Amino acid sequence: MHDITALGFLFPNEVHVHWGLMIVMYPYTTGLVAGAFIASSFYHVHGREELKPISRFALVAALAFLLFAMLPLLNHLGHPERAMNIMITPNFTSAMAGFGFIYSAYMVILLLEIWLVFRRDIVLLARSTRGLKRLFYSALTLWVYDISEEALAIDRKLTSILAAVGIPAACVLHGYVGFLFGAVKSNPWWSTPLMPVIFLLSAIVSGIAMLILMYIAIMRFRGEKADLDCLQTLVNFLWLFLIIDVVLEVLEILNLAYEKGEEWIVISQLLTKELFFSFFIGQILVCSVVPFFLLGYLVLVQPRGQGRRLRMLSGLSALLLLIQVFAMRWNVVIGGQLFSKSFRGFMDFHPEFLEKEGILASAVIFVLPFIFIYVFGKILPLWRPVDESEVPLPHRLPRSPHDVPRPPRVPESPVR
Amino acid sequence: MKEKRISRREFIQQVGAAAGSTAILFLVAEETLADLAGTPKPVVEYDWTKHHYGYAIDTRKCIGCGRCVLACKTENKVPDGYYRTWVERYHVLKNGAVEIDTPEGGAFGFKEREGDGKVIKAFFVPKLCNHCVNTPCTQVCPVGASFRTPDGVVLVDSEHCIGCGYCIQACPYGSRFLHPELKIASKCTFCYHRITKGLFTACAQACPRGARIVGDFRDENSQLYKIVSNERVRMLKPELNTEPQVYYIGLDGVVV
Repeated sequence: MHDITALGFLFPNEVHVHWGLMIVMYPYTTGLVAGAFIASSFYHVHGREELKPISRFALVAALAFLLFAMLPLLNHLGHPERAMNIMITPNFTSAMAGFGFIYSAYMVILLLEIWLVFRRDIVLLARSTRGLKRLFYSALTLWVYDISEEALAIDRKLTSILAAVGIPAACVLHGYVGFLFGAVKSNPWWSTPLMPVIFLLSAIVSGIAMLILMYIAIMRFRGEKADLDCLQTLVNFLWLFLIIDVVLEVLEILNLAYEKGEEWIVISQLLTKELFFSFFIGQILVCSVVPFFLLGYLVLVQPRGQGRRLRMLSGLSALLLLIQVFAMRWNVVIGGQLFSKSFRGFMDFHPEFLEKEGILASAVIFVLPFIFIYVFGKILPLWRPVDESEVPLPHRLPRSPHDVPRPPRVPESPVR
Repeated sequence: MKEKRISRREFIQQVGAAAGSTAILFLVAEETLADLAGTPKPVVEYDWTKHHYGYAIDTRKCIGCGRCVLACKTENKVPDGYYRTWVERYHVLKNGAVEIDTPEGGAFGFKEREGDGKVIKAFFVPKLCNHCVNTPCTQVCPVGASFRTPDGVVLVDSEHCIGCGYCIQACPYGSRFLHPELKIASKCTFCYHRITKGLFTACAQACPRGARIVGDFRDENSQLYKIVSNERVRMLKPELNTEPQVYYIGLDGVVV
C-alpha cells in the first residue's frame, strides 16, 4: 500500500495553484446570472404569477452580474490584450473557446429582454422629463414611442420568446463552465460527466438565494412589505434545487469512494485533510444540512402570519447557501489543484489580500454588480412599472399610434 | 419626437444587409489579420510532412547526473524554478512505500539518501513533454496557440497565447508551466530548432550515457526506430489514451 503522506511529491512544474480566486469568482458570478435569469423565467415563461414581484429585479440582477463576469477572467489572463483571440481564432475543440460567443449571445438576449420589459417605462419617462434626462431616455427608447395596447402585447409576446430562448442559453452559459472542468481527464477531481449538471444546479441555487436575500433586504430598506407568496414560491424552488444539487455532489464522491481507483489515494486525503474545513464543515454541514432543515421547515410547515419567520429563516438560509455555492466553487477549482498530477503529493493555497488575483480584487469584483443595480434603480423602476397616474396628463397615452405630441411648456412634475 | 413606422419587409431587408456586410467584413478582416500575423517562410530543404519525431528513454542507463536538465535550461533559456525536462529519483522501500524526489529537477544531481536499510531498489526516470498524438493540451487551447506540427511536435505560438492556463491544467504529465516573464504557456519543444536541422535535442546531446534518444520514426535506420521495434517499451499513463511519443525502456510499475 502506497503511503503518500510521507511523500509529498509534486512534479517540478507544479509550483503553485494557477487557477486561483479569479477562477473561483467567474463561475460564481455566471452562476448568479443563470440562477437569477431562470428564476425570472419561471414568471415570464411558465406564468408563475407569484414571482411577478421579483421578475423585473431578477433580470436586472442577472444583467448586473453578467456585465462584470468578464472581469475576473481578464484579470487572470497572462495576456488580456489578446483576449479577443478567442473570438478571432477560436479553437472549437476547447470549451473555453465557447466563452466569447456564448457570452455575447446571452448578453444580446438579456439586453433585448430587459429593454422590452422596461420599454413602456422608458417611453413614459422620456415623455415626462426635460433636457439631458429627456435626451437620455429618448435614446433608450431607440426612438420608438409606441406604447399602445397592441404594441405592449407584442412586447409581452417577444419577452416570453426571449425568456424561453434564454433558459437554454443560460444553461449553456453556465453549463459550459462545468464541462470545461468536467472534461479534463488529467484531473480526477474534476473529470466527471456530472460536472456541468452540478455547476448548473448550484448556479440556480445561488441565483434564487441571491434574489431572496436581496428582496428581503431591499424591501426592508425601502420600508415596504415583501410579497409573502413570492417569497414562499422562491423558497419552494430553492429547497427543491438544493436537494437535487447536494444529492449529485455527494453522489460523485460516493462513487469515487466506492470504486477506489488510483485517484482515491489523493482524493480521500484531499477531503479529509486539505479540504476538511471548506468541504465537510463548510459546504456540507453548515451550509447544506442547516439550510436543508430550515427551508424544509418553511416548505412543509409554511408558517405565515406576519411573515417574520418566513423572512428571517429564508434570509438566513439564502445567506448560508450563497456561502455554500462559493465553497463548492472553491472546493472544485482550488481543490482540484491542491494535489499533484502524480497523485503523490499536495500543495497549499493561501490567497493574499493585496495581490493581483487576491481577496481585495475578488471583493471589488463582487461588489460592482450591486453598485450597478443601485444605479440602474435610479434610472428605471426595479420593482413596479411606472404608475400612469404619476405621469402628467398630456404625456400618458398617444391619441393614435402614429401621433406623439410634444409636451407643452408646463412646470415639470415629479415622476417617481 | 416623430414616430417612424417601418414595415416588416423593410426591417428584414435592413437586418439582412447589415448581417451580410458584417459577414463580408469579417472575412476580409480575417485575411488581413492573417497577413498581419505573418505567414512563416518555409525552410526550403525541409519537408515537415516527411518526418515523425519521437523519443526513447532507457531508464536502466540513467545515472541522475542532471546534465540533460542543465543543457535544456541553457539551450532554451528556461526560467529558474521551471523545467522543460527533469529527472525523478525513485526509492522502493521494503514495506512497499515509494519515495520520489526531484530536487531542482535533478539539474545538479541528487544527494545520497541516508542509509537505513529500507531500500530494495532505486532508479532514475527522466521526464519531458511526451508530444502526444492525442494531445489533451492542444484540444483545450481556446485560441489554437498550442498546436501539433505535421512532424509530430507539440508547440506553443508565443505571439498568440493568451496565458489562460487551460493547457497546463489539461496536461496529465506536468510538462507545462506558465512562463513567469512572458506570461504564456511554455514547455519542451523537442528542440525543434535543432532537430529540423538534423541535430539532436540539447538533452539527448548532453546525456553521457546515451539514455536519451531522439529520432525519427519514419527513418528505419534510426536508433529510435530500432528501439521501439526490438525492446520492451512502455509509455506514461497509457490508459489516458493520449498516445505519448516518448517510449521508456525499463519503466517500473511504481513510476507516476
